[in-house]
Amino acid sequence: MGKVLMKGNEAIAEAAVRAGCLNYFAYPITPQSEIAEYLSRRLPEVGGVFLQGESEVAVGYMIFGASGCGQRVFTSTSSPGFSLMSEAVSYITGAECPAVFVNIVRGGPGLGGILPSQADYFQAVKGGGHGDYHLLVMAPDGVQEAVEMMMMAFPLAEKYRNPVLILGDGLIGQMMEPVEFPENLRSEPTNKDDWASNGMATRNSDTPNLVKSLFLDPRALNDHNLKLKAKYERMMREDLRYEAYNADTDYQALIVSFGTMSRVCRTAIDALKRQGIEVGMIRPQTLFPFPEKAIHEAAIRPSCKVVLSIELNMGQMLEDVQRAVLGERPVHWHGNAGGDIPSPEDIMDLVKSFL
Amino acid sequence: MQREVMFAGFGGQGILLSGKILAEAAMAEGLEVAWIPSYGPEMRGGTAYCLVAISDQPIGSPIVRTPSHLVAMNRPSLVKFAPTIKPGGVIVINSSIIDIGSNRSDVDELRVPVTDIAKELGNVRAANIVALSAFVARSRIVGLETFKNTVDVEFAKKPDLRSINLAAVEAGISAALKDR
Repeated sequence: MGKVLMKGNEAIAEAAVRAGCLNYFAYPITPQSEIAEYLSRRLPEVGGVFLQGESEVAVGYMIFGASGCGQRVFTSTSSPGFSLMSEAVSYITGAECPAVFVNIVRGGPGLGGILPSQADYFQAVKGGGHGDYHLLVMAPDGVQEAVEMMMMAFPLAEKYRNPVLILGDGLIGQMMEPVEFPENLRSEPTNKDDWASNGMATRNSDTPNLVKSLFLDPRALNDHNLKLKAKYERMMREDLRYEAYNADTDYQALIVSFGTMSRVCRTAIDALKRQGIEVGMIRPQTLFPFPEKAIHEAAIRPSCKVVLSIELNMGQMLEDVQRAVLGERPVHWHGNAGGDIPSPEDIMDLVKSFL
Repeated sequence: MQREVMFAGFGGQGILLSGKILAEAAMAEGLEVAWIPSYGPEMRGGTAYCLVAISDQPIGSPIVRTPSHLVAMNRPSLVKFAPTIKPGGVIVINSSIIDIGSNRSDVDELRVPVTDIAKELGNVRAANIVALSAFVARSRIVGLETFKNTVDVEFAKKPDLRSINLAAVEAGISAALKDR
């Protein structure tokens, strides 16, 4: 199949279907409502279930229910909606159920605005709901990568029995770009007979499975949290993803940027190169696990004088970048949290101001 | 090289579709494209615009403050975007309902009464295709044959609109060439 021109939201929806997910429950919210609109038409064609919940709170628990029964399931929402789902996300993570969430982030706090934003970085990578947990978080920089991450998300969620979050923004959701759906990323749902409450009649077992997040015994709860911790460490070893751009040069500045913002930085880096100024970039594709080792090593390159964390918020990833650089170089934040995306010229001026 | 085309007008004038057809045509020529709409509480009669970026390289930032070209379907759009267009760009003005110019001497300004032309063809809703066709003929941002094929494919799904839109293509092209 050749490339087709598709809106990010519709491409994400189609990618989920092609990834073998036949259950989608959601409540509409701008700027991602096209995902629901598309699947309301598409899922019945393939025998799937489309269900509009009465609220995001309800949707979160519908996802928990379907996942606990062993079904592939996903939902999509935007920032305030993800806040409402976060209680359920904590339960789903505690009960070790796989599920995929898409947050097409809008500006905040509160109702904020609908333009591109990365203001939910902390919420995405530091847990988001109550309790000691993480999601595996992927951040695409365009429609094609959104498709690929969406198709990878389901097997990853099942590998770890942990929710996976795709973090986009209004540009990724609303923009049309040429896309293709890689055949090699299709996958079959894994067998969940060993843990899911999927009905004993279909299993050759006399032991009922119990899906729960309640551990009243203190040792049992600590052991459970150690088990979750081991999963997050395994994500770092096995499923960390990042792109190093122009990073084999003797760059004077290192940019760390993801998603929509990284596209602007890429254009600025190319333009600076034509002016004889080399700038490297580490683009985290997974925000959790975070490429802290790669950033550290890139920052301490002898030619590198300064590290810039450029993001569509007031400096959230900045804290993780500082933690990665460990004081070896000065780290500065640059960004905008209103919906205006800095231009390549802004980024070029910023870089020059530090050199 | 990356070029950007801003399409702007009232909601309901087919602005987003014009941009999509251009993006499809550029894609058919093997170019990289990105189509970005204005989104949010847009409605019929409100403002609508979209930006199409076309490049022979992967598109980094599709967001630009100074697009290469403009197709202005109403007066507020012309007033808002004409000053931002890069020197040397094409500005298509829907002169049926816009009684002013771009006030730029460093651009290629093309005044076409696209709404009147579409009415004469029998459907005012084809005005967007007249304007797009005039723009493509003037800028040659994609080949005319590729463009005509793309319009044909787009309206193949809507047989009752196909012939009038193909007529709109020819009318837009000849309006652009006549003015030269």
